[in-house]
Amino acid sequence: MIQDVKDDLQHIRKMMEQSSRFISLSGLSGVVAGVIALAGAYAAWYIFKQHHINYFNDYRGGSTPGLVSQLVLLAIVVLVAAIGLGVLITVNKTQKQGLKIWTSTTKKLLIALFVPLALGGLFCLAALYHGLFEIIAPLMLLVYGLALINAGKYTFSDIQNLGYCEALLGIIAMCWPVYGLVFWAVGFGLLHIIYGLLMYKKYR
Amino acid sequence: MSLLQHLNKDFESRVRLGIMSVLVVNTWVDFLEMKEHLQVTDGNLASHINALEQKKYIEVKKEFVGKKTKTSYKATKVGREAFEKHINALEKLLRG
Repeated sequence: MIQDVKDDLQHIRKMMEQSSRFISLSGLSGVVAGVIALAGAYAAWYIFKQHHINYFNDYRGGSTPGLVSQLVLLAIVVLVAAIGLGVLITVNKTQKQGLKIWTSTTKKLLIALFVPLALGGLFCLAALYHGLFEIIAPLMLLVYGLALINAGKYTFSDIQNLGYCEALLGIIAMCWPVYGLVFWAVGFGLLHIIYGLLMYKKYR
Repeated sequence: MSLLQHLNKDFESRVRLGIMSVLVVNTWVDFLEMKEHLQVTDGNLASHINALEQKKYIEVKKEFVGKKTKTSYKATKVGREAFEKHINALEKLLRG
């Protein structure tokens, strides 16, 4: 009797969770995204060096020909690689769990995540167009954080906490824009790796 | 045992518990989605849905999507309250 009651309650919880939250997000995809971001940040620093700019000493938002386009290209490569591998790992995990990947919850999660990201991305492009380079790294962190807070409703609540960390980091970064690249590497690299490992341990 | 009186007979089946669980956290879930969540056959799901509908625990909406009909379900206020009572009763039983 008691076991039946326990099973009933567990079943109820499982159905509620499964039907309203995307539970196949893999912590590993966070780790991979973090590593890619760190590599990307290093590559950005290297590009500055190639243009004879020491990012931390001389860089005050100026630009030499080709610098911006190289950095934008790098950003696109990093973004595509991180999202691509993340999706691949998550799809793989979903299949292992025997769940469907394309459900109404998945759609809600993607809309909640990518609508703020896209709007923020456009805002960043406008800032780039006006040469406001120093606000781009803090802005990306803030926008990404807000998008995660928004998307957290539809997946593990840990994602929401990661969102708060990223957004706060963005605000701190805006106070020291000279270290934008470092804050960017911490937010998109280190935090992703830490959170990825935590989630991997928790939800394996 | 007076505690048992609060357990709702309508929710004795796992399938019905599942249907109500899905509907208290989602509004308008269609038949196919429900079937995926619960992993049951069409006939089994339909009969339980019917029973819940007759009790006025869920609301049914039929609409055309292209040439096919799509049937979606939503928990009514009565259904939510009955389900909540049932869960509370289960929890009380567990605490003893």
